[in-house]
Amino acid sequence: MKSYLSIAALLFVSLVSCKKDDVPENNNPGRLSIEFDNIVDGQNLFLNTVTYTNSSGENYKVSTLKYYISNIKVTNTAGVEVVVPQDSSYFLIDESDEASHSAEVTIPKGEYRQVAFTIGVDSLRNTMDIARRTGVLDPAAGANGMYWSWNSGYIFFKIEGVSPASAEAGNVFMYHIGGFGGYSSPTINNIREVKLDLTTGGIAKVPAGGESNIHLMVDIAKLFNGSTQLSIAAKPVVMFDDFSANISNNYSTIFRHDHTEN
Amino acid sequence: MAFSVYACTKSVEKQFLSFQQPGNFPEPVYRFATNLVTKEGFELGRKLFYDPILSRNNTISCGSCHIQTSAFTQHGHSVSHGIEDKLGVRNSPPIMNLAWNTSFMWDGGVFDLDLQPVAPITNHVEMDETVTNVISKLKAHPDYPGLFQSAFGTTEVSTARFMKALSQFMAMCVSSNSKYDSVIRKEGKTFTKQEEEGYALYKQKCSSCHTEPLFTDQSFRNNGIGIGLIDDAGRYAITLDETDRYKFKVPSLRNLDYTAPYMHDGRFLTLDAVLDHYSSGVKQTQNLDMILQNNEPGIPMTADEKTKVKAFLKTLNDKVFIANKLLSEQ
Repeated sequence: MKSYLSIAALLFVSLVSCKKDDVPENNNPGRLSIEFDNIVDGQNLFLNTVTYTNSSGENYKVSTLKYYISNIKVTNTAGVEVVVPQDSSYFLIDESDEASHSAEVTIPKGEYRQVAFTIGVDSLRNTMDIARRTGVLDPAAGANGMYWSWNSGYIFFKIEGVSPASAEAGNVFMYHIGGFGGYSSPTINNIREVKLDLTTGGIAKVPAGGESNIHLMVDIAKLFNGSTQLSIAAKPVVMFDDFSANISNNYSTIFRHDHTEN
Repeated sequence: MAFSVYACTKSVEKQFLSFQQPGNFPEPVYRFATNLVTKEGFELGRKLFYDPILSRNNTISCGSCHIQTSAFTQHGHSVSHGIEDKLGVRNSPPIMNLAWNTSFMWDGGVFDLDLQPVAPITNHVEMDETVTNVISKLKAHPDYPGLFQSAFGTTEVSTARFMKALSQFMAMCVSSNSKYDSVIRKEGKTFTKQEEEGYALYKQKCSSCHTEPLFTDQSFRNNGIGIGLIDDAGRYAITLDETDRYKFKVPSLRNLDYTAPYMHDGRFLTLDAVLDHYSSGVKQTQNLDMILQNNEPGIPMTADEKTKVKAFLKTLNDKVFIANKLLSEQ
């Protein structure tokens, strides 16, 4: 048992030291919170109750909206990029869970003019040892329905609802979008990056020990009306499918910086 | 790494032999460095494997569809029977030599043994449960928290520990004691003349896909059995690559006596039917494997050759494996 324990201890020490190296040199950290405010056009998004109309003229209600945000990076006014340590940079935004709407990270104090993030989960984390996938990345528990067990990988973006335009049983529509590029054989890659300029809505001034809040609007109307006009009647269900790239291209445009609370 | 695994094992428990690489096998693929097989971890994994608590209504265990005496398949069933006797769409593959597997499932959709159990646990026609709920049940169980403590140091029951314990058990399901293995390792046994001839024929006609010593090259191929009743697209569902449509993973030839029926949908009930398929039943379908694209599609074999090949294949049956008490429900 002794040597087993000492190896475990060694592993632990090396993990801890790895983590340490990843933290940017930072003696005056502050907090940056990024708020994801899900809306439809000019209205707030309400699950199950309010009927919205998409750009194809189809009425719909949303019952589920969840998406992963990861690999957050910020750029300060001098143009220097700060990468949030990866282990602290995975968030699952779930419309039904108010507490999940804000992604909070620790970064050096400073003034930031750009925020960038991944919609989804990078391929490295998709293939990492299960022991390194805790919290929202726990494929069985934390991911909370955002993981494909039969085709190992996270679902990056999930929206479900009902629409009279859908010919599916119960008039449901559902888009489960994932695909990190494949493990041993290449396949669809729906990892999308978002970069948002903060200068118009207000740069984030992160004080040492304090907090700045970047408020983003996430407009589901644009999910249906992007480079592809997405019609529920034509595509009521899209999951692991080549067409999913059109949906991920659309949802890469739904994020807009509204304002900053410093 | 081999050294540290060995050293750990020795000090953990003298009587318990941790994972051993058979002399005629290559290095395993499974990352034992992240999950050292200990007596306690293995025994926890074994208990979990045979415990129906993993299913929604506590009726189906992993062992229900992976029966040891059938080399951990569901012998006699074309496709697996899960919860409330619901039928799956594919034949239960053996839990055998998984430490060398580069992918799992007939379509290779799972690439890590530690992630594999999530699929049957959550599949609606297999165990129809959530892992979150299994973990709640394990936490509330009188024995499991203590067993997790013995295996991992604390009573915490996490997804990772649950999966790693199952992996420890499954990785230990090594079949390497067939007559063939004894002959190859020069442990005193010899092939009969018929088996020897069968071995030569196997090398000539079967070995390019069913490569020694695992008797699979782990590739995905369309072996021309024709499109099944449900139009199962196989590997295509994972890669969305048209050149993968109707391809399935090459299964091992080990323990065939215990694992009938054969093919991804269990359509062939006997080995004779399988050999007849290769000699005269191969159908021209999309992505038929190049090796089978001869003037007459398939692998030419006379009746005499088939008899010899079958005699050789019988030398791949491993009675020690299917009777190993260590791997049985306790």
